[in-house]
Amino acid sequence: MDRLSRALHRHEFYLAATLALLASIIALINPAFLSLSNLFDLCKSSTVLGIFALGVLIVLLSSGIDISFTAIAVLSMYVTSRVLLAVDYSGPVIVAFAVAGCLGLLLGLFNAFFISCYRLPTLIVTLGSASVFRGFLLAFIGTKIVTSLPAGMVEFSKRSLFATTLPGGETTGLAASFLLFVVAAVMVCVLLRYTMLGRGIYALGGNPEAAVRAGFNIARLQFFIYGLVGFLSGVAGLIHACMMRNANPFDLVGTELVVIAAVVLGGASITGGRGTVIGTVLGVFLLVTINNSLILLGIPSYWQKVLVGLVIVISTGITARRNPRALHGVVVS
Amino acid sequence: MSDERDNVSVSKGPAALPARLQRCLPAEGATVRLLIITVAVFIAMSLLNPGRFLTYRNFASMCFQFPELGIFALAVTVSLVTGGIDLSVISIGNLTGILAALILTQATGADPSAPMLAAYIAGAVVAAVAASALCGWINGILISRFAITPILATLGTMQFFMGISLVITKGHAIAGYPKAAQFIGNGTLAGVPVPLLIFLLLACLVQVMLSRTRLGLHLYLMGTNPVAARFSGLDVRRLLSKTYLLAALLSGMAGLVIISRTNSAKADYGSSYLLQAVLVAILGGVNPRGGFGSAWGVLLAVLSLQFLSSGLNMLQLNETVGPYINNFTKEFTWGALLLLMMVVNYYCGRPRTQ
Repeated sequence: MDRLSRALHRHEFYLAATLALLASIIALINPAFLSLSNLFDLCKSSTVLGIFALGVLIVLLSSGIDISFTAIAVLSMYVTSRVLLAVDYSGPVIVAFAVAGCLGLLLGLFNAFFISCYRLPTLIVTLGSASVFRGFLLAFIGTKIVTSLPAGMVEFSKRSLFATTLPGGETTGLAASFLLFVVAAVMVCVLLRYTMLGRGIYALGGNPEAAVRAGFNIARLQFFIYGLVGFLSGVAGLIHACMMRNANPFDLVGTELVVIAAVVLGGASITGGRGTVIGTVLGVFLLVTINNSLILLGIPSYWQKVLVGLVIVISTGITARRNPRALHGVVVS
Repeated sequence: MSDERDNVSVSKGPAALPARLQRCLPAEGATVRLLIITVAVFIAMSLLNPGRFLTYRNFASMCFQFPELGIFALAVTVSLVTGGIDLSVISIGNLTGILAALILTQATGADPSAPMLAAYIAGAVVAAVAASALCGWINGILISRFAITPILATLGTMQFFMGISLVITKGHAIAGYPKAAQFIGNGTLAGVPVPLLIFLLLACLVQVMLSRTRLGLHLYLMGTNPVAARFSGLDVRRLLSKTYLLAALLSGMAGLVIISRTNSAKADYGSSYLLQAVLVAILGGVNPRGGFGSAWGVLLAVLSLQFLSSGLNMLQLNETVGPYINNFTKEFTWGALLLLMMVVNYYCGRPRTQ
């Protein structure tokens, strides 16, 4: 009974309830929402956003913020596609993921270098590095959209799970890339809950001074955190390219605020130390459902920014209320 | 230039300096560094663009371009001094501009007799001030009452205000105002561009506010040590509200200058200004952890950025390097400059923290 009442007071419970309520309202207005192909579509739309969100969660937990992850993703995705095409690669897609992930890792370490070695505020560093990455990509690498991706990536984009044939004769299935989101979520969850590194990330976000006293190596933690975010971003960027079946260097950048909104909606606190993978995943689903349903409900898409803004403000307001530690918001990084 | 500062502190000894001067020194060091950078960029661009950069036409066009960015940078500076940040400045500027534009476009169709026109323009300015004040009040409430971190609160309101602009305009530009309304952005007074005058006036006001008034002192104190500020009896909530109100009012002014200069108002105008405004504030010696910064630094920083930007634009005409220079090269340069300046400030600022 005690456990039940505690579960009912958790942020994740409210999120799940909101999501269920929202889904039933939308389904009542437009039954197409509950169709198998729409549900698969929701999963597909939440894949890239979700993997980004896992990275952002880790950064927020350590009381930092990263807004360069979309620039990292687009740079690694575009360079990987161009390089694989240049060497005429036609093998399995795993190599593409490895290349994109490693590129992302390097770019993440670039961030970590400035943040850790010079103790600079994470927001300003990633604001600068985001424009360095994107400017470098568009000024020196290329601005053309790559339309014919390597064979492995095209094949990956066509692969689907639970393929079924609908009564109309159309086939529908869950995109295989969704599996990568699930794997990433489980791995980040294990990392945060059951490893010393995860404890370190929470400790760093909760109180850096105490984390040092407890024996955590802050520099090593920061290199790990920003490196991991970079790796996840690189992978997410490549998934995006596969789904779009092209590599567009103008994509993704500009969506970082939506991702941060999803994570904050999921209950992560920007002052660090609070947040869970389950909450983040629910936050992502909630935001994707809102975006997706605006179309189903016939609301003009220019209302989207108003709603996203409101969602950020309201959810941060609720999180701040639950966290009396915040000293009237006089915290920058 | 760090030597120079070291000399000062070595010859007199830190203890011998009056407390007030000592507090100013780190900022002074940054300002001297910035002056050197500005002059260096100016000379480099003059040498790289012979016969083009050092012309009256170029200076005239630069004087119309940088004031709006400068005003946004002042707004960011005010928030950075207190240790927070206002990311919603550009959205507030655009929303304010759109509301003013709605009033001004009414005037184009109406009778252009002088009193009516003046009333319309006055109405537009009043609406702009009121709208930006409302936006700033919302930011202030969220940050001071609900204790939301400034980054997140202004991240949310940035989307929210921009969303409202989009809803009002449905994504279109609102263009075509009476000639008289374009004076704010395109006119000159005694040969000096009006936007430049507005920027200089606002910079002086912000500088006086920061360095000569009680409010300014309190803002610095809150930025340096919020806990100490609270325990010394400052009303942190009211100070925060005032900070974001001021930042929003400044953004609203920038919005007016923009719509008057471009003769149109758009929901997504100047999306690259946010990074630039933060960059200018940091270049100007404003410490993002709060407690330092001045409007003079902002003035120098915005000048150096404008020299760089105009100079790079002209380099596009150069045969050898021209093909490699475009808007994205500028984006790259700005980001690199931001990182570089913070590292330089780290090394030069270190002695005082020991």
